[in-house]
Formats: sequence, structure tokens, C-alpha cells
Amino acid sequence: MTYALWIIITGCLVGVTCGVTGSLLVLRKMSMIADAISHTVLLGIVGAFFVSQSLNGIPMLIGAGIVGILTAFFVESLHASGVQSDAAIGVVFTSLFALGVVLISFIGDQVHLDTKHALMGEIAFVPWDTLQVNGVSYGPIAVWMLGSVLILNILLIWLFYKEIKISTFDPQYAKIIGVPIVFVHYLLMTMVSLSTVASFDSVGAILVVAMLIVPGATAYLLTDRFFTLLLISALIGILSAISGYGIAYVWNVSIAGAMASAAGVFFLLAIFLSPKHGYIIRKVRNSRYS
Amino acid sequence: MHALSVNNLAVTYDKQPVLENVSFAVPEGSLTGIIGPNGAGKSTLIKSILHLLPTLSGNVTVFDEPYKQQKKLIGYVPQRSEVDWDFPTDALDVVLMGRYSHIGWFKRANRKEIEWAKTCLDKVGMADYANRQISQLSGGQQQRVFLARALAQDAKVYFMDEPFSGVDAATEKAIIKLMKEWKQEGKTVLVVHHDLQTVEDYFDHVLLLNKTPIEYGETQKVFTLDNLERAYGGKIAFLQRGTAVTQEVK
Repeated sequence: MTYALWIIITGCLVGVTCGVTGSLLVLRKMSMIADAISHTVLLGIVGAFFVSQSLNGIPMLIGAGIVGILTAFFVESLHASGVQSDAAIGVVFTSLFALGVVLISFIGDQVHLDTKHALMGEIAFVPWDTLQVNGVSYGPIAVWMLGSVLILNILLIWLFYKEIKISTFDPQYAKIIGVPIVFVHYLLMTMVSLSTVASFDSVGAILVVAMLIVPGATAYLLTDRFFTLLLISALIGILSAISGYGIAYVWNVSIAGAMASAAGVFFLLAIFLSPKHGYIIRKVRNSRYS
Repeated sequence: MHALSVNNLAVTYDKQPVLENVSFAVPEGSLTGIIGPNGAGKSTLIKSILHLLPTLSGNVTVFDEPYKQQKKLIGYVPQRSEVDWDFPTDALDVVLMGRYSHIGWFKRANRKEIEWAKTCLDKVGMADYANRQISQLSGGQQQRVFLARALAQDAKVYFMDEPFSGVDAATEKAIIKLMKEWKQEGKTVLVVHHDLQTVEDYFDHVLLLNKTPIEYGETQKVFTLDNLERAYGGKIAFLQRGTAVTQEVK
């Protein structure tokens, strides 16, 4: 049973960490940058492996943080020099990801790191990869990593709450009144990179995008308050993880896949049932006036 | 001492000059209307002054100090269309954003700040809408929330980008009342303005702009048919009893 429990805990941590951080991207209309960063952190992980010769958590987080910021920086620079922003994202993320894929083949059989693993993750293996100190096991490394990143993210959002909110709502005004908007932007990019790399082992580069974007997009339909939106995003992340595990258990399918699918189902439900913007409430309103 | 002085400002967009040789100095406590034909670079001018757009050359000083050192003195009312009003927040929260530089790092708005923000909403007739989600406000009400936010800033030099465009009578009144109050308090206000008929009623100074300043100075001296014709080319149809009306001349 502890095996299942660790998987559920890991899933919930992925859901909360990515859900909260990603909802900020949704509000800033930057969802696609999540897609880009989730792929380019592979380069950071591979790079960190070449430097430290291990798949240890800390170098991986640093490597991913650096590459994530570089991704955001390259996208900004290309955009500033006249390339359309979606094209800039497309060019940067495919190039850096491709470089990561090429470098990964040099690692070969030394460690368990391959393209398939990086893309899909395998949450089922998480409970076995535990943190060992003096022969005592302290639970899965993924849980420690996700937990630390979650605490860091919450701390940063708490510290820079005003700055994040103003620069998201009205960046020009924010700049005039002295909000460090560039700092906030790269802070957010760092948070996304860290969340991504911490979730990597569990859900992989593709499904982590679902966990970053879908909870925020769902919460956006359900509330008109900034803080509530963060809370609902976290909640949707947790619910997706738990119900995803249930689905995977019952039908014996991929856990990460089921989690992301569950998030998608919550989003669909919100589209239909949202009390403010939902399809059904709009139909009712329209029929009342017609 | 001048509240604002712009020296030799030039802005290009895609290598096309949008503004060139822009130099003027605004006296403290004045109410300036920035007018000129479409495409004259009015919004571009204030955005360049506010360092929101890259400039090719030139510099801006506020009370004789470089702009960057005087940021705290600057207030701004953007065009309503510049932000996404679906953002999940309410009117009071937007006004509180104006208190940012007064609140300081890592701190939340305290009771005093919130009371002050409510007073500002009240001054523009929006006291009853403090907790209203901003997307549920009318265009004029949204404009007044922006006014309240600028008011909350308690700045010394205010910039407004076409505040009168597409607003209702109540909002228009609120804007005029606020401008007069600011003037009485010795604050300096610059407004991008479209409607030539109201220029003489609203502003004591006028900047006539068409890619470069045609004329700057007191309204009665600058706002003349001759100058308007120079700024607008053939687009001024007639000027009667001091009232100009623009019409496209075919």
C-alpha cells in the first residue's frame, strides 16, 4: 500500500507545483512557453549529467533552471529582433531539445536516461528511487525534489505577490510605477523550469505541459479572483492526480497518461458547468432573454 | 523649473521616423492637451517619454532630474484597451496597484492603504463598485477605475492617453473634475486628446504635434487656425468663434 501511496503523493505534488506555477503562465497568455521549457530542460538535465556525472537532484535543478532561463531569453531576443513570438518559441525549443536528444545518445547505457523516459516519464518507478542516508531510506527522491520546489515556488509567489499580479494585469503600467517586470518574468521562467524538471521523472516532458496549463485554464473558468484562481489550480492538480491514479489502477493504463487525461476531463466539465462562463449557464441565460 | 522637459526626442518604427526633433518644456501646474492628426505620434510621444518604447535619441527630465530618478513622481492613465479586463480581480484591487511604490517590497496593503484606495474610487463616483469584478464594469467605469488608480498614486506629473474616447457623460465629468483638482494642487497633467472642440475648455496649454512639434505654449496663443492648418494640413474645414471642427477635405 505504501507503494501506491508514494505514487499518489508524487502525483499530487506534481499537480500542485505545476498547477499553481502554470496558472500564472495562463494568466500571462504564455502557455506555449511552458511547452518550450518542458522540452528544453532535457538539455539542462543532460548538461548537468555531463558536468556532475550523476542524475543527482541538485545539479539537475540548476541545469534545468539555466536552460529554462536561456530558453525564455532566446525567445525574447528573437521576438525583439522581429521574429513572430510563436515562431520564436518553435525555433528555440526544437533546436535546444534536438541538442539535448543528440547529447543524450552519448550517455549511452551508463544510466537510466533515454529519450522515451524523458518524454513520457514513469511514475511507477518513483517509489523505488529513494533517498538513502547512512543506509536509512527517507522516501522517494522525486517527493523530496517536488516538495522543495513546491515550497520554493510558494515562497516566491508569496514574496512577490504584488509584483506578479501587477505585471501580469498591466505590464506597461507596472514598468512605469517601478515594478521590476523583467525580474518577475525570469523569476517565473525559473519557477516553471524547476517545476518541470522536478516533475520530469514522474510524468515526462509532454504530460508535464498538461499539468502546467490545464489546471490554470480550468480555474480561469471558475473564478474571478486572483488568489482563488491559484487555490483552484492547486486543487485541480491534486484531483487530477488522485482520480488519474484511480483510473490507471482500475483499467491498468499509464498512470501519468491517466492523470493528464483526468485534468482534461475537469477542464471539459468546467467548460460546460462553470457557474459564470459555462456553456450551460449561457444557454440558460440566452433562453431566458429570447 | 519645468515639471517635464523633452529634449531632441526621436523615435523610429521599422526604420520609418515616427517622431523627430521633439523638444518642449512643460511648466509646473499646467494642463496640456496633446493634439494632432491621426498618425501624428501622440500616443507614441507619451509612451516614449514614459520609456515604454525605445527611442533613437533624446532625453527626458522631470523637475530637472533624469526621468529614471523621478519615476515615483509619474502617474499614468493608459488607454482602456491596453489591458485584458478578463483578468481575475476587482476594482478596488486595481486601484490598490497605484499604491505599489508606497507599500514597499514584500508587504501587503494595510487598512490605511485600502481606505485611501476606497476614497479614490469614491472621488470618481465608483464607491459602490469596489468589489465588482472588472470585466463586469462598463467602458466608462473601467476608465474611472484607471483614473482612481492614477489618483491613488499621488503623483506629481500625470499622463493620460485619450481618456475621453468612448466614455459616457458621467465619466467625462469625472475626468474634468479630476484634472481641475490636480491643477489646483499644482500637479502637471498631459493629455492626448482628439476632440478639437473641447481643447479651449479643458487645457491651458497645447502641444500641436505632427511627427514633430508644430507649436507648444498657452492655449490662446497656440490654438489658432493658422497653427491648426499647419498641424492638420488640409483637414481643417473651418474654425468659428474659436471652435475648430475637423473634416476630411476631399
